[in-house]
Amino acid sequence: MSRPKLPRKSTSVDMTAMCDVAFLLLSFFILTTKFKPSEAITVATPSSVASKIAPDKDFVMVTIDKDGKVFLSIDDESKKEAIANALNSTKNLGIDVNAFKKAEFFGTSFSQLPQFLALPKEKLKGELLPGIPVQDSTNNEMIEWMQLVFNAYQGSQMKALLLKGDNNSKYPSFKNVITAFKKNDFLKFQMVTNPENVPEGTDLWITNQKGGAKPTSE
Amino acid sequence: MAEMDTSGGGGHKKGPGGKKAKKMSTRVDLTPMVDLGFLLITFFIFTTTMSQPTAMKLNLPKDADKPENETKAKESAVLTIMLGKDNNVFYYEGQLDPAGANFKTSTFKEIRNVIIDKKRRTNEKDFVVILKPNEESVYRNVIDILDEMSINVVKRYALVDISDGENQLIKATEASSAAQPAK
Repeated sequence: MSRPKLPRKSTSVDMTAMCDVAFLLLSFFILTTKFKPSEAITVATPSSVASKIAPDKDFVMVTIDKDGKVFLSIDDESKKEAIANALNSTKNLGIDVNAFKKAEFFGTSFSQLPQFLALPKEKLKGELLPGIPVQDSTNNEMIEWMQLVFNAYQGSQMKALLLKGDNNSKYPSFKNVITAFKKNDFLKFQMVTNPENVPEGTDLWITNQKGGAKPTSE
Repeated sequence: MAEMDTSGGGGHKKGPGGKKAKKMSTRVDLTPMVDLGFLLITFFIFTTTMSQPTAMKLNLPKDADKPENETKAKESAVLTIMLGKDNNVFYYEGQLDPAGANFKTSTFKEIRNVIIDKKRRTNEKDFVVILKPNEESVYRNVIDILDEMSINVVKRYALVDISDGENQLIKATEASSAAQPAK
């Protein structure tokens, strides 16, 4: 059997180039990454075709979790201070104003608020808390909360009133929150959603095609 | 590539009787480093949030105090969409027939065609869609149907509380469809 002798080639490959690429990508991802903020309340938002980016500061956000529990968060500390003072004077709750200012969200009835503020951070989890009562029109503390927010923001314009609901929360809690908004004349609000593509061939798609890359937030 | 020239200037610096240092290869095996690099890349890819959440606007109408101030809609131009549990969608055009003859069942896939079809057939100025989620519908469905409104560029739509009669019809339809074997 005569077979041409092939020269034996080394099987070791030079890894330097691959290493370069790997670390280039690594540095790209390290620099562009923005960690998901660890949230006390886990909410899976639905998706919509709205393309406007949700504001991430100067907002008042109402969160509805999957069990329909409602939480309120305000990111402006001076407004929170005003609300705490108003609560202390009208309801005599004896709230610790500083703790109120530091609290990331509120999720309990007014009567339980002092105990809520004393809770350690590990206990501030959505599933452990009762949420703001919004059962029906007679027991809807959200109305009072929104009244307080309205008073605190009087004079200065609120950037955005955000509503962040979970996919599986039932409609009544959403309706009761909207009722609370309406009662206080907050008639414009935004709902936090995940972006989604506009289906092809629909009217909105046609409008977008004609108008170029026009925002579709409305 | 990953090696250095270690021949050291031609090798003419030999001391008298000096020992020849053994030439060590400077070639390093980079495979573990590449492994580590890609491991970290995967980690960062998974933890990164590429898509920013968006915000969908909703403007509420002010509640009319008196019945005469309420917005009137032409009966023929109204499409009422109701949402039930388990992603069920129901709709009727115009006024609801007392016997429920024009009460139809649909799904989220088909409802778009219903809206488009109704929109084509009616005068754009009069066209109103009334959305009535019942207490068993979930938030996602409400957002989906509001999204359908913006997808199909429906200018006028309203979220309205469901009436008892409609709710009973939904319950009855859901019960009867549950009794049927699943398709």
